[in-house]
Amino acid sequence: MPVATMQGREIHVDEEGFLTDPSEWDEELAKQLATNIGIELTDRHYEVLRFARDDAAEQGETPTLRRMQAVGGFPTKELFQLFPKKPAKKLSYVAGLQKPVGCV
Amino acid sequence: MTTAEPMTAPIPSFDDDEEEGGRKLVLICSKGSLDMAYPGLVLANAALGEGIEVHIFFTFWGFEIINKKTMGELKFVALGNPATHMPNAVMGLPGMTAMSTKMMKKQIADLDIPEVPEFLDLIHESGGHLWACRMSADMMKLTEDDLYEGVEGIISATDFMELSAGAQTIFI
Repeated sequence: MPVATMQGREIHVDEEGFLTDPSEWDEELAKQLATNIGIELTDRHYEVLRFARDDAAEQGETPTLRRMQAVGGFPTKELFQLFPKKPAKKLSYVAGLQKPVGCV
Repeated sequence: MTTAEPMTAPIPSFDDDEEEGGRKLVLICSKGSLDMAYPGLVLANAALGEGIEVHIFFTFWGFEIINKKTMGELKFVALGNPATHMPNAVMGLPGMTAMSTKMMKKQIADLDIPEVPEFLDLIHESGGHLWACRMSADMMKLTEDDLYEGVEGIISATDFMELSAGAQTIFI
């Protein structure tokens, strides 16, 4: 498992660059992860990220878009605007989570 | 821990540029049973989540999926389906379709997968395009008013050819 240096500290990531240890994440790091993929974080992005992280911590897996809407109350359409084209993958990357594994 | 050369974190590519060229997926949904509605809906939703342009063309019995009267009431018929490993003599008895439908719906719900109308909402909100077949609509005497609101139009086979140009097409 690669160890990368970001913001002057060691961060564990997988081959693609997704964090493997969610506890190494903080909101400052999110800013850099978002910049990496061309997204500038707004307050609304942070609301999404916080929910995704809390839910993942509770459920043991990254929420799917459906869950983000059904449980988190974030409309799918909005998630596509905040994290263009590949919302599920992009938001998990910025949130320091693994990609969702479910089909739906 | 000492690392001689601290590495830079890899950045997922997400293939954003590639998408500009436009991967496009067309699904033809021609069946009206509960078990045959899901493959198209699941694939459409997955493709949308990958930034792929998606069109679903509903034709013949596939109209059951977008007909407001039937979309929430699709059935699973076990009779004549060897994959259920149930004897036809039993599955042909009255009430068996209702029972097998109920069982399948429960299995789907247990996986936290939405029912058909909600699934269509999800696809529609994710930017998927829904189309209905002209000939089927005429045969069944249905108009756009009878169909799910997200359906963008009733189109002919010729329109479909234009729509599917350059797309990967899957017939279900």
